[in-house]
Amino acid sequence: MDKLMGILLELNPDIDYEKETALIDAGLLDSFDIVTLVSEIDDVFGVEIPAQALTPENFNSAKALYGLIRRLQEC
Amino acid sequence: MQRNILEYLEKTVQCVPDKLAFSSEEEALTFRQLYDQARAVGTFLSRQGYYQRPVVVFMQKQPKTVAAFLGVIYSGCYYVPLDADMPRYRIERIVQELKPAACICDDGALETAAQLSGIGSIYSYSSLEASGIDERALQSIRQQQIDTDPIYIVFTSGSTGVPKGVVGCHRAVIDYIENLCAVLRFGEQTVFGNQTPLYFDACLKEIIPTLKYGATTHLIPRKLFLLPVKLVEYLNEKKINTLCWVVSALTYISAFKTFDQVKPEHLHTVAFASEVFPIRQLNIWRKALPNARFINLYGPTETTGICCYYELDREFGEEDALPIGRPFPNTQILLLDENGQPSPAGEPGEICIRGSRLTHGYYADPERTTEAFVQNPLNPYYPERIYRTGDIGKYNCRGELMFLSRKDNQIKHMGHRIELGEIEAAANSHEAICSSCCVFDDAGKKITLYYVGELVPGELKAELKKKLPRYMIPHSLQRLDAMPLTPNGKLDRNLLKQRSKENG
Repeated sequence: MDKLMGILLELNPDIDYEKETALIDAGLLDSFDIVTLVSEIDDVFGVEIPAQALTPENFNSAKALYGLIRRLQEC
Repeated sequence: MQRNILEYLEKTVQCVPDKLAFSSEEEALTFRQLYDQARAVGTFLSRQGYYQRPVVVFMQKQPKTVAAFLGVIYSGCYYVPLDADMPRYRIERIVQELKPAACICDDGALETAAQLSGIGSIYSYSSLEASGIDERALQSIRQQQIDTDPIYIVFTSGSTGVPKGVVGCHRAVIDYIENLCAVLRFGEQTVFGNQTPLYFDACLKEIIPTLKYGATTHLIPRKLFLLPVKLVEYLNEKKINTLCWVVSALTYISAFKTFDQVKPEHLHTVAFASEVFPIRQLNIWRKALPNARFINLYGPTETTGICCYYELDREFGEEDALPIGRPFPNTQILLLDENGQPSPAGEPGEICIRGSRLTHGYYADPERTTEAFVQNPLNPYYPERIYRTGDIGKYNCRGELMFLSRKDNQIKHMGHRIELGEIEAAANSHEAICSSCCVFDDAGKKITLYYVGELVPGELKAELKKKLPRYMIPHSLQRLDAMPLTPNGKLDRNLLKQRSKENG
């Protein structure tokens, strides 16, 4: 989780990722952020996020995103 | 002869009054509703005595924003689109430059507008819409209008930190749209999926042909551009058959292998602009849509949008470059060398544009206008303006125009035109910053700002966010003890560019 927080804070240090639950719905991330995020997650965690996993449910909060990474690591 | 872009709407509303013209998540307008709302807005503004003045439209991306644009034109004024997502500092600079007569807001923008000094009188769209239509007043305005009267001012990045307001007119837009429609073969059956914001001229590609043919434009919710599978499902649900998008929005879909999940079912025309399409991504699109037409578009805001096109007619390998092709009819491209003479065949030169599509130049800025809009150096006999793009191009052996590079520090990033100088000016405007240099790594698509000063990178980034739009914020800020200089004592931009590449 710390590694993911590091990646997210690098993208935008002003967002409170502990509390924020509308990263997509409130428009806090743009497409460049998502591309960067997905490629960093691939580098750090070794998981490739497929197109159908790009949903608000998976990306609205740091916690949900971490859950997605864990699920992808297991399969 | 057509003199006014509103004639497109007036003809269409007679034929298909109840057809859907524009839709978004929240609302939808038929041509009749659009026509009535636009005339009500025009009536209201003219009752207040506004004529041939800039009127700000400060509204979200929604169908009634289009009605507000057209309403401003009905009043004989010209619209200036602003967006709530722009940083306050930039909006303030624009308002200072512009001194608008009035500002039309949706409910969400009223509060922000009220805090801006010099914005003029503020009106809520809902009150304008309800104000009734005075046919005679609108007719008398129309009789006075000529086709070189302005329609809009849109702002682009300026290297000194002051955005430039490009003034577009009826004649130029009509010339542009007539030729664009013929080449791209738009028609009544066209269903557009709009991606570009309404505060750029890029949206004219969809708005005006929609009026001309009685076509339909869906304003796609911005959030969907992060969710590729849902985005393609949306295209299918709305039966969208034509896209005119920036390249980065298209590559976002293909790079996530979205087509393995879902394919666009109705798309037959994919036009793209503003950046070089990476061939690998383009080939993924072509494979997914083997029967669609793909068209590369090129052109600056200063010449009313797109002026050159290339329709893909052959296969491209990853090492090949995509042509920008040739100009639309009634537009001519000159490739000029440093002395203003035509470049020899096959040699690079600056892309210069002549034609009726030239805009009037930059609002209240004769100096920067005369730098870019110059006398045609090949014609010493009578006044004739051409626009110097600052882009370097050349013709390939097939006679197709190729884009090579920029003459200056302007870049294209995520579909936005950015002057690196504007980012530097924003950094340098802070008292604790001594000097700065901004570079762009084309391959990694990253903006890096090197600077000398007292602030740590996080502090400077926070300062920049107050002044610049989101897409202009550097991805990386590097503090230096001193700026590297060339042997001539000039800032060594190339060295820093090299360094950013190695670190990226």
